[in-house]
Amino acid sequence: MSRANKSTAAPDSSPRQLSPSQQAWHQLKRNRMAIIGLVIIIVLLLCAIFAPLLTPHDPLRGSLRYARQGVSWQSPLGRDDLGRDILTRILHGARNSIFIGLIAVAIGIVIGVPIGAASGYYGGAIDLVTQRFIDIMLAFPGILLAIAIVSTLGVGLQNVMIAIGIASIPIYVRLIRSSVLTIREQDYIAAAKATGSSDLRIILRHVLPNCIGPLIVQSTLQIATAILWAAGLGFLGLGAQPPMPEWGAMLSRGRVFIRVAPHITIFPGLAIMLSVLGFNLLGDGLRDALDPRMKKI
Amino acid sequence: MGSYIFRRLLLAIPTLIGVSILVFGMVRLLPGCPAVAIAGVHATPEFIRQVRQDLGLDKRLDLQYFLFMRRLIRGDIGISTRTSRPVTTEIWDRFPPTVELTVASMLIAMIIGINAGIVSAVKPYSIFDNTSMFGALFGVSVPVFWLGLMLMLLFSVILGWLPSAGRGTMAHLILPSITLGVASAAVNARMTRSCMLDVLHQDYIRTAHAKGLREQVVIIKHALKNAVIPVITILGLQFGILLGGAVLTETVFAWPGVGRLLVDSILARDHPVVQGTVLLLAVIFVFINLFTDLLYSLFDPRIRYE
Repeated sequence: MSRANKSTAAPDSSPRQLSPSQQAWHQLKRNRMAIIGLVIIIVLLLCAIFAPLLTPHDPLRGSLRYARQGVSWQSPLGRDDLGRDILTRILHGARNSIFIGLIAVAIGIVIGVPIGAASGYYGGAIDLVTQRFIDIMLAFPGILLAIAIVSTLGVGLQNVMIAIGIASIPIYVRLIRSSVLTIREQDYIAAAKATGSSDLRIILRHVLPNCIGPLIVQSTLQIATAILWAAGLGFLGLGAQPPMPEWGAMLSRGRVFIRVAPHITIFPGLAIMLSVLGFNLLGDGLRDALDPRMKKI
Repeated sequence: MGSYIFRRLLLAIPTLIGVSILVFGMVRLLPGCPAVAIAGVHATPEFIRQVRQDLGLDKRLDLQYFLFMRRLIRGDIGISTRTSRPVTTEIWDRFPPTVELTVASMLIAMIIGINAGIVSAVKPYSIFDNTSMFGALFGVSVPVFWLGLMLMLLFSVILGWLPSAGRGTMAHLILPSITLGVASAAVNARMTRSCMLDVLHQDYIRTAHAKGLREQVVIIKHALKNAVIPVITILGLQFGILLGGAVLTETVFAWPGVGRLLVDSILARDHPVVQGTVLLLAVIFVFINLFTDLLYSLFDPRIRYE
């Protein structure tokens, strides 16, 4: 009742009554680079959703008559070594890349967040064991953990998603754990404990909602990494298998023809770079918008 | 300092044991019989039986791990199914090229990254700053394998200045090391810039200016010394990115290193070599992280007394 009165009575002081997410959006809107990133991501999503409608060609079938044909009106980005339209394959490839990015991040969150929350909230032996285990996973540098997992699971797009997802778990565990460690000491947690809330309720209702900001930032950046790694694995021949349109694999295929038909290699790489750039820009912008220390008061 | 080093070494032991268990498990988790995986699909039944006995597959899992470790400590990781040579020999041959590549990339990343970061921080929002920060953004977003191919296209195919593949002369090293170093240079530049900006606003910098020191002396002696500490802390992480990126870069430039060996071995299902390579890279990374931690504590004494 009183809250409703306030918001209707004083419309000119509305900026101060914005919810945290609205504040973040206002902050984000002012960041030109972040908006560029957002636009790139929206275009990418539209390409992925409407891929079959955007070009008249088949991503899997081509005609050898047009093999390695350069840029033309019919094929704005040229044709590959089997005469398939490269633009069509890039648009369909966007589906794979976005899908890999989202699934890998989902795996990382679903496994990493509960472990990180428990590790930070309970501390003690649970924390010790978890941290040693995370140390072991982090001992495999960069993309190597994903490569090692794929070598055990076998090559293929599905296993790439799983591998990149598993490889991203340590990042989420560390992130949530460190957030929880600071939140755990807050007064409102003590208050929740005093009113008899269960541990699970405290973690779900009071601790995790306060980790949402860093989680969103990290996940946005992590999608960029997942797209980059999936393309890398595809390039190495460990990811998507032919004839599936996947950017890394397309690039790898074009490599042989780099002297005679460089366009086969150039355009899929540009697609990877633009998508990764989009998520990186948005992630950086979100970090500035969601980090309370950066906020203007 | 001595006790700090000892404590850090002690902490590395469980990690190394964990790594060895994971690498041991890699082959056990493969679908099908581990003995066939280790011996290769085309091995004779006698050889498979021999491998089964060597691995102790009829014994309990913990005993198998014990056998694995005992052989590992003796430097025996097995025999490559592709070349029938010992895995250690295979890896040893491929090790120097990878060291050469990663060290050259690290140097490039540090020289370009730290210098660009300093100039950006000294003149923030200048044309140079904007250009180099845009370049840094490009550097962290560009796929390393594509960058390599584009450099190859420009400098080898079109201009014909540099060799496109292989190893041998200094000229062969230029393109691969730049390719691999760009992402790290970008991270270094961003990190140096933000740390320098922080430091340049400190009181002791104003004092240094006030007592009439030259700009260069203030920047190099007073600011940079404090600003590079965070850059050093991420050196270990950087090296990890380089080792991972080396797998891709070596593939692009047909560089005969450990990364290329790993990919070839995975594709050929040469599991002993895969195990050995993964183990080696992980162990190197653990020790590099240890080393950077110690280096960090040397630069910043506060760390030792936490």
